[in-house]
Amino acid sequence: MIRVILPHHLRTLAGVGGDVELDVEGPVTQRSVLDALETRYPMLRGTIRDHVTQQRRAFLRFFACEEDLSHESPDAPLPEAVASGREPFIVIGAIAGG
Amino acid sequence: MSQVRVLVGTRKGAFVLTSDGKRDKWDVSGPHFAGWEMYHVKGSPADPNRIYASQTSGWFGQIIQRSDDGGKTWRQPGTPPGEAPAPGPPKAASNKFVYDASAETGKPLTTHQWYDGTQHPWEFKRVWHLEPSLTDADTVYAGVEDAALFRSSDGGENWKELSGLRGHGTGPKWQPGAGGMCLHTVILDPSNAQRMWIAISAAGAFRTDDGGATWKPINRGLYSKYIPNPTAEVGHCVHHIAMNPSRPGVLFMQKHWDVMRSDDGGEQWRKISGNLPTDFGFVIDVHAHEPETIYVVPIKSDGEHFPPDGKLRVYRSRTGGNEWEALTKGLPQRDCYVNVLRDAMAVDSLDKCGIYFGTTGGQVYASADAGDSWAPIVRDLPAVLSVEVQTLP
Repeated sequence: MIRVILPHHLRTLAGVGGDVELDVEGPVTQRSVLDALETRYPMLRGTIRDHVTQQRRAFLRFFACEEDLSHESPDAPLPEAVASGREPFIVIGAIAGG
Repeated sequence: MSQVRVLVGTRKGAFVLTSDGKRDKWDVSGPHFAGWEMYHVKGSPADPNRIYASQTSGWFGQIIQRSDDGGKTWRQPGTPPGEAPAPGPPKAASNKFVYDASAETGKPLTTHQWYDGTQHPWEFKRVWHLEPSLTDADTVYAGVEDAALFRSSDGGENWKELSGLRGHGTGPKWQPGAGGMCLHTVILDPSNAQRMWIAISAAGAFRTDDGGATWKPINRGLYSKYIPNPTAEVGHCVHHIAMNPSRPGVLFMQKHWDVMRSDDGGEQWRKISGNLPTDFGFVIDVHAHEPETIYVVPIKSDGEHFPPDGKLRVYRSRTGGNEWEALTKGLPQRDCYVNVLRDAMAVDSLDKCGIYFGTTGGQVYASADAGDSWAPIVRDLPAVLSVEVQTLP
């Protein structure tokens, strides 16, 4: 079970109160986690990744295990602690504006 | 007794203001979508309970929201919360605005001029304006940044670009204004379903006579000293256009500078600034029952986006332009330095006609007597981006 922490506005949009728990089949990567997230919560499509290019939106970051994984390949394996559910995969809004 | 519902989009959420026909006591609901920029909220003329809203964020992009009960509850069309999605690829993505590509190359249809004069690909940023069909609640148009027009015919679930607008040849000459290259005005002709007008900053005004398949620039008579050729076919920074539905084709325009009118569907424009203290501004609107009565809010200049002399004044012309009177009763006449943005004025269709506008200072002012006197409905909202009105039976 993968745990995902969403920023406040995306939790509101998805109608979830806390962490999201997802089953991910196959290798646990940014892409597979986000695919599973968007399948479960289709209202989030386009809010984290561009609809067409699938690139991360500029003002969002992906953190896990106290590391910034935003610039990693979307197909790179996520840390084992994320894959095992011990640590969450965090989607966070970059600090920008008021 | 009639009711009025004022739909307010702000930098930090949407608000719904309701009153009876007297328009002196108001209920305020909101913020809806708290924390998000609500660029535009507009109801369907075909079904007043159907309201569309553009919810945007620099972080999370574009969301389209829809209400089917007059703004009490909302959902993203095609993705109702709480329902498990069907297996297989998604059938709808109400925030998926994808520009048409060239059939020959598969690449973007065209490019536009960037700030440095080079050509730049179209990149979707947000929906500025939603214009529901006059006759079908499930059909709605979206004017977007970078400038293009999209249409949904399934209640906002799926969007298709009307790419004849960008494809007619002048696209490479369009350029962004300070607020971005936005398509902000969409006017539907109640007498001819094939005809509509749109306006873009900074490209100008355009008209289709075939339901959006082909478009022509309609900027003859506009003069813009800030572009190399002041009378060019495109490149003008049109801020807003208004039309009284009873007189299709008579158009009133607030340009960057200059207030203009056209009596022939935009073929030719003439200046009607007359005795205005300044003819820079953003909003313009027309009285619901007197098609020669028009309203603007003069703003000091392109460099100083606030009213001249710190006095918030709506100017009314009862002669279709040129002769203007200042309307000040109930509006602040000292130390007022707010702006009124292009989609932030609207009229109701009661008798007497109600006029409404919102400011960047968070006030929404209403006049129940066609502008003779004003009172704030609310004073302390976030900066107001848009104001629309529904007159309900």
